[in-house]
Amino acid sequence: MNLTPKSLRAAPGAHAPADLATAGVAPHGASSGPRPLPSGVPILTVKDVCKRYDADPDSPLVLDNVNMTVDRREIVALLGRSGSGKSTLLRIIAGLLSSTSGQVSVAGKPVSGPANDVAMVFQSFALFPWLTVLENVQVGLEARGVPPAEMRKRALAAIDLIGLDGFENAYPRELSGGMRQRVGFARALVLDPGILLLDEPFSALDVLTAETVRTDFLDLWGDGHLAIGAVLLVTHNIEEAVQMCDRILVMSSNPGRVAAEIEVTLPHPRVRTDPAFRQLVDHIYGLMTRRRKAAPGIAETLAAGLSLQLPHVSTNVLAGLMEMVDAEPHNGVADLPVISSALQMSTDDLLKVAETLQMLGFAEVVEGDIRLLPPARQFAQAELDVRKRLFADHLLQRIPLASHIRRVLQERPNHRAPRPRFETELEDHMSETAADETLKAMISWARYAEVFAYDGDTAQFHLDAEEEA
Amino acid sequence: MTMHVLHGGRDGLGSPSPLARLAPSRWDVVALPLVLGLLALLVFGGHEVAQPLSQLERTPITLDPWTLPYYALRTTLRMLAALGASLLFTLVYAPLAVKSQRAGQILIPALDILQSVPVLTYLSFTVTFFLGLFPGQVVGAELASIFAIFTSQAWNMTFSFYQSLRTVPSDLEEVCTGYHFSTWQRYWRLEVPFAIPGLVWNMMMSMSGGWFFVVAAEAVTVGSTTITLPGVGAYLALAIEQRDLGAIGWVILTMLGVIILYDQLLFRPLVAWADRFRADTVQAEERPTSWVLTMVERSTLFRTLGRPAGGAARATLRWRLPSLPKLPAPRLSPRAVRMGDYVWQGALAVMALYVAVHGIQFMATGITWGDVGHVVLLGLATMVRVVVLIVLAAVIWVPIGVMVGMRPRLAAIVQPLAQFLAAFPSNLFFPVAVAAIVHWTLNPDIWLSPLMILGTQWYILFNVVAGSQAYPVDLRDVIANLRLRGWKKWRDALLPGVFPHLVTGAITASGGAWNASIVAEAVSWGDTHVQARGLGAYIAQMTTDADFPRLVLGNVVMVCFVVLFNRLVWRPLYAYAERRLRVS
Ligand SMILES: Nc1ncnc2c1ncn2[C@@H]1O[C@H](COP(=O)(O)OP(=O)(O)OP(=O)(O)O)[C@@H](O)[C@H]1O
Ligand SMILES: [Mg+2]
Repeated sequence: MNLTPKSLRAAPGAHAPADLATAGVAPHGASSGPRPLPSGVPILTVKDVCKRYDADPDSPLVLDNVNMTVDRREIVALLGRSGSGKSTLLRIIAGLLSSTSGQVSVAGKPVSGPANDVAMVFQSFALFPWLTVLENVQVGLEARGVPPAEMRKRALAAIDLIGLDGFENAYPRELSGGMRQRVGFARALVLDPGILLLDEPFSALDVLTAETVRTDFLDLWGDGHLAIGAVLLVTHNIEEAVQMCDRILVMSSNPGRVAAEIEVTLPHPRVRTDPAFRQLVDHIYGLMTRRRKAAPGIAETLAAGLSLQLPHVSTNVLAGLMEMVDAEPHNGVADLPVISSALQMSTDDLLKVAETLQMLGFAEVVEGDIRLLPPARQFAQAELDVRKRLFADHLLQRIPLASHIRRVLQERPNHRAPRPRFETELEDHMSETAADETLKAMISWARYAEVFAYDGDTAQFHLDAEEEA
Repeated sequence: MTMHVLHGGRDGLGSPSPLARLAPSRWDVVALPLVLGLLALLVFGGHEVAQPLSQLERTPITLDPWTLPYYALRTTLRMLAALGASLLFTLVYAPLAVKSQRAGQILIPALDILQSVPVLTYLSFTVTFFLGLFPGQVVGAELASIFAIFTSQAWNMTFSFYQSLRTVPSDLEEVCTGYHFSTWQRYWRLEVPFAIPGLVWNMMMSMSGGWFFVVAAEAVTVGSTTITLPGVGAYLALAIEQRDLGAIGWVILTMLGVIILYDQLLFRPLVAWADRFRADTVQAEERPTSWVLTMVERSTLFRTLGRPAGGAARATLRWRLPSLPKLPAPRLSPRAVRMGDYVWQGALAVMALYVAVHGIQFMATGITWGDVGHVVLLGLATMVRVVVLIVLAAVIWVPIGVMVGMRPRLAAIVQPLAQFLAAFPSNLFFPVAVAAIVHWTLNPDIWLSPLMILGTQWYILFNVVAGSQAYPVDLRDVIANLRLRGWKKWRDALLPGVFPHLVTGAITASGGAWNASIVAEAVSWGDTHVQARGLGAYIAQMTTDADFPRLVLGNVVMVCFVVLFNRLVWRPLYAYAERRLRVS
């Protein structure tokens, strides 16, 4: 999907700083700050970007022809499921990774290698534990050769701005998570980047702390205190995206593409309980579940054969979700956002479980709803041994790898086969890590269903002893 | 130390007035005399080194206990110089091996070999070179001796740094790249700090190893003449030659003092300082402290000296090479890269073959196949000794270590004690063993063996105590709850829990034992020489005889044994322990 620049929009985000063209120019004469560009030139342009991690042209495509732009004064969200390539795209934009094909330009200049006009904030904070807050904030300036006195002045100003006053000489390990991420923000902001890249900056924080840091950041942005041109936020939290952004790009996975674009025109501050807010969240929920191709039906799973990747979801969790949806008040059909908040589970984790059920033929996931199929309702009400039999049937029918392993074991005289035999086979179709996760999922499901056994000491699959007899 | 300067001198924000900054604090009362004293000793020791060789002959070593402090000073300076050299070597060698995959392909195996060559061998092969550098001067002999000590210290430090460099957290690496760090800045801001805790711990182990070999390293033999450098090691050698038990007592006492001083003035501050470089971001309840570090940080003297140095060091981090026009990086196809690898590996193989052929030709001038068989048998004998000793030490120390580890108060006493005993050069006690063997006419093949592990067994105790301290509390509760007792409790619960730590300790102990064999398999007391049949004794003998072909043969066999032993026994065992038994 191709996106055209939105520079002609009448009303940009209601909270955009009054005059970014001046705020954006670094007052210190350093060459780092964003320079005014001819109006209409977006601060970030991503054109036809494709990415494979492997040089091999048959290896999986992680990003497929991604196109997007970010204008000045915008906060844009990249929203997508885990593994949809959001971080990959962000790293390509930052110049930390190179794309397989396509072009990225920041402030009109093509990106090759670490880009000058971007600064990144990391999910894991990524602070140097042996440097104080002040030193951590200064490192980027030090790398640019800024003289000590000026470096100190600018770092102190950034620390002050982000609310870390008084913590200048503290070490990261003395700070709480929220304070650490503030350091992460200060370290990026002090460079006055043309575009600030945020890779799930709030997801390692607890809910309350995340909310505080988020609103503080929005306030600074809204009041025009930040000398940054634009913000690109990666998240898989829909509410976060709706709360913060002017525009949301929804990414689909396998391969990663921009599947939809939503403008958010709600006035700031945005309240989560506001019906318009909720409606938008529900809408995006629907988009994210509908647009996914990777939740395959039976024909697709069978066609995928051994290239079908299995998510490592515990059978306890699968059973738990079936029980919950089967019971009152859902009676077999439930709204995923409702379940997500009832279980305190992230959208992403929940979708993964729901789609595993779909893959196994226990449920259908449509437009943000999950509907149990008859075998699942039977499963939910059955005793353990019936459950195991049901699960085994579905496993052998729906998952080609399961029937494959079982057939190999039956054909072998000693009914044993080493793990690497299947590992190498899977690696023809997927990456090493994916093969590993797929086998792990297979092993745990097969153990539960008792369709075959696995001995971790010898790394061997075998049929159960009673069956061999 | 550079690193210290770099991170030291953190100044507060509300900068006090310049005058207030210069006002001495009460720490200066200690700092000033300490610094002046150390400086004076340094100058004095340095002056002594700059003498002609004839000076040594005019003042031979005496057993007068009052000379011991002077000898201790000389030895200490030697050790310090060697440690500095080891650090420098480490800081250069390991990054080379990591940054270039191809360089790593020869540097890392080379390190494996270098660390299994006994110290004595280095000494006998390099003495002539070092003496030739400064003819007729003490400095040459000093350098030879320092080099020998260096060879007992450098390798494990380098390995530690190499390991750290390979495990630098990837998000911090991304920060460095994303924020445009220069290679130099990345090195000092990320890589070195990240490696410091491991490096400091290995420096302490290296120091212990160094003390053990200092006796051997202070007697420099060239052909038929032996230059004896003044030092604790030389004193000990003379005491042994003259069968002076009293003198040996004095040496033991001196070493005790020296090690305590080293601990207080160097290692404790280093450990306390290194603690701030631990990469985990949780705050430990108890952090190591050191009065010396506090003094360095609080006294005006150090701060005034440190500030300009720190500023200068930091300034280098801002240096940038003039940005060259970016050449388009040649995009080599994977095939071309693979071809390059083959060519490189082929070149390495040819080089190895060349060295091997020359080595064999050289050995062939003085040995027969019979020699080879004989030496391999000797190697087997030494290996049996090492294995039996490690097993014995484990049997003894594991139960004790676990008991101690489960009692925090006891552990707090035993842990530093074990560390101290590991640092103490156990060869000071060798004469006692000889006396006992001669007195009761014991079989040296058996009774000399324990000496090999006397010094390094403490690593087993040390690690097992640490392991059982880390034993999860809930598992302990389960043991109590299920009323596990006796052998079952050990087999099912305790042993698997401490096994990974036991392996770590045993690897260190075994490496040390192989190295110690050249000293421990041939021991003297006056003119009584007791020898066990083994590879260590063989190498020691060939060193004394200056029989170079046989010396090379002995070393080659030794290297093969140690490297194979590590690959075939320790690595699999370690991997197994890590994979299956790591609790947490
Ligand atoms: N270094 C790598 N080598 C090979 N494959 C990789 C690498 N990093 C990521 N991938 C693959 O690329 C795909 C996209 O990963 P990416 O981390 O960009 O996703 P994401 O959208 O950021 O997910 P998350 O929300 O979990 O962070 C995944 O399938 C992942 O397995
Ligand atoms: Mg990500």
